[in-house]
Amino acid sequence: MRFARSYLVITCTLVVLVGLSTDISAAGDTLGLPEGSLEGEVHGYAELRAGCRTRNDPHEKDASVMEARLQLELPASNAWLDVKYKGDVWLDGVTEQVEYDTRELWFFVRPLDFLDLKIGRQVLSWGTGDLVFLNDLFPKDWRSFFIGRDDEYLKAPSDALKLGIFTDVADVDVVYTPRFDPDRYITGTYVSYWNDRLKRRAGRDAIVSAVRPERWFADYEVAVRLFKAIRGSEVAAYAYRGFWKTPANRTGEGAATFPRLNVYGASVRGGIGSGIGNIEFAWYQSVDNESGCNILARNSEMRYLVGYAREIGKDFNGALQYYVEQLLDYGPYRKTLNGVSGRDEFRHVITVQLTKLLMKQNLKLSLSGYYSPSDNDAYIRPNIHYRYSDRISLEAGANIFVGDHPGTFFSQFRNNTNIYTAVRYSF
Amino acid sequence: MLKKTMVVISVMGILAGAGFAGEEPGTVSVDEIVKKSNHMALYQGTDAKGKVGMVITDKQGRTRKREFTMLRRDDGGSDADQKYFVFFVEPADVRKMVFMVHKHAAPGKEDDRWLYLPGLDLVKRIAAGDKRTSFAGSDFLYEDISGRSITEDAHELIRTTEAHHVLKNVPRHPETVEFAYYLAYIDKKSFMPVKMEFFKKPDRLYRVIEVQKLENIKAVENGRAVTYPTVTKTVARDLDTGSRTEMVFSHVNYNMGLKEKLFSERYLRRAPREATR
Repeated sequence: MRFARSYLVITCTLVVLVGLSTDISAAGDTLGLPEGSLEGEVHGYAELRAGCRTRNDPHEKDASVMEARLQLELPASNAWLDVKYKGDVWLDGVTEQVEYDTRELWFFVRPLDFLDLKIGRQVLSWGTGDLVFLNDLFPKDWRSFFIGRDDEYLKAPSDALKLGIFTDVADVDVVYTPRFDPDRYITGTYVSYWNDRLKRRAGRDAIVSAVRPERWFADYEVAVRLFKAIRGSEVAAYAYRGFWKTPANRTGEGAATFPRLNVYGASVRGGIGSGIGNIEFAWYQSVDNESGCNILARNSEMRYLVGYAREIGKDFNGALQYYVEQLLDYGPYRKTLNGVSGRDEFRHVITVQLTKLLMKQNLKLSLSGYYSPSDNDAYIRPNIHYRYSDRISLEAGANIFVGDHPGTFFSQFRNNTNIYTAVRYSF
Repeated sequence: MLKKTMVVISVMGILAGAGFAGEEPGTVSVDEIVKKSNHMALYQGTDAKGKVGMVITDKQGRTRKREFTMLRRDDGGSDADQKYFVFFVEPADVRKMVFMVHKHAAPGKEDDRWLYLPGLDLVKRIAAGDKRTSFAGSDFLYEDISGRSITEDAHELIRTTEAHHVLKNVPRHPETVEFAYYLAYIDKKSFMPVKMEFFKKPDRLYRVIEVQKLENIKAVENGRAVTYPTVTKTVARDLDTGSRTEMVFSHVNYNMGLKEKLFSERYLRRAPREATR
């Protein structure tokens, strides 16, 4: 009851804020601001989102997602500076708390003709994969993705400095994160998972605790991209120094850790026929486990991706990707398992994405699927999105996890299979 | 409505004559009309910038709005390849989304297209698509905005009226388009296409695009003051669905000296000052 009342309060607050912000943005147009001062706007959305599990999960609540959310976006700029704040506040029915997240808070300048500088909390992406990431080591938010929040939330922000240097030879991006930003990985709070120690699926009964490297300037991350567009094709090389983004602990004793990681890779993307082809690889060098014998750290890996996307009909697009993870030093890895069934040497994943627009592009039907023939599991994401008006949109979808072995990547989430729906008012 | 449009056009045509070296009507060949009208519609100036506002009204009278800023730059002066930026402002759910096109005019060569999604900081490469699909959910098609290549159709001058050359355009590859042919009304003075009527077989009119306002925009070309007759208001009507879209083009600027390197990933991720000022 108390919860229902809070819900009402939040919803009313949203309505008031929406009204208020519309006024502010309207006023901004007419204010004769002096030169050099920042001119700002207010945007964002208010959203109600609810979803439930369709399978019985003894370790989680029936509600997979239940939230009333307000996102405010305050961009401002003058002749030489861009500033942006974007933050979310939401009443979370799963944690039964009011939650807050600063998604962006950054300053951007272009001090020299060949230099871009962005400092602060920001969302970062690069690489060629579609919902598959090889050289993009920026933090992801898998739990938001799995419970059916908007796709935007798959990317978690970084507190970083991004430097772009643009030359005739190539462009160089350097991202320096002074303190390690891990993924928002599966902890058991929202999504149940396979627990190695308990040898079963677990959730809120066994919340993952991990020791995060968190010394400023000592536990830093650096990611570099060299980029060049050559006659309609985009060629890139990447390097990363930091940590595995999700914790690992094969012993199951004590807390999980984030072992050190270096990544080197490259990608090419360009037009092939009437479609777009992409190819990317990455070498994950697990610095703390170069021999493959260290049971506390993950093995090194090679990751390969090849993909093709094209239009297959009117307002109908399809994309197909083939992704392989190869565990290096597999022999030594097998020996450390002591008879426990571990990972395969190769994990193969095929991804499919289909998007169809109807009703003058106001109705979007989409289907994303991941299928692993080696793990014999799958993850399917159907979604329907309808723009009722320029401001109001309605959405419904599902996250379906399929598989027989409880320990494989997608199969471990089987009990989290959920359906959800949302209504959003944008301003 | 047509009468009013013609009046506007003929008035504008006279004004346009000052900046455009028009030729005596009747002496031009079909090829010249096609080339000149293609130039007028898409290639005036070496670059251009403007704000586009669209109001889409369906049969029931419900409206949706689109707003974006466009930047355009021609590669060379041969009325062929171009580069475009589209910076979306409205509706709210696509705000700050950016669309970049490297248009290739050569037959059979697909445009390169990119989309930047700011929420994910994601640069997406878009597969070349059917150009006869709606642009941003409006009654304008992608090809109406980027321009239909003149090599795609066979052109025939079917009549000449007081104000217009009327061209019949029959697609060379009918299987790639939804129309059987279209008539283009080219203003005799300015060579601006001011009306297009699309027909399905046998002779059923189902789609009309009509210029409602032409304005002379002052610009500087090679140090010389010129005026470019510019379409500032157009209406596209789908007679089958009863839907119509009004497109208003404002804040138009020509020959700003936009550099080619502007149309790259750097500025796709973060818009150039030229777009936001």
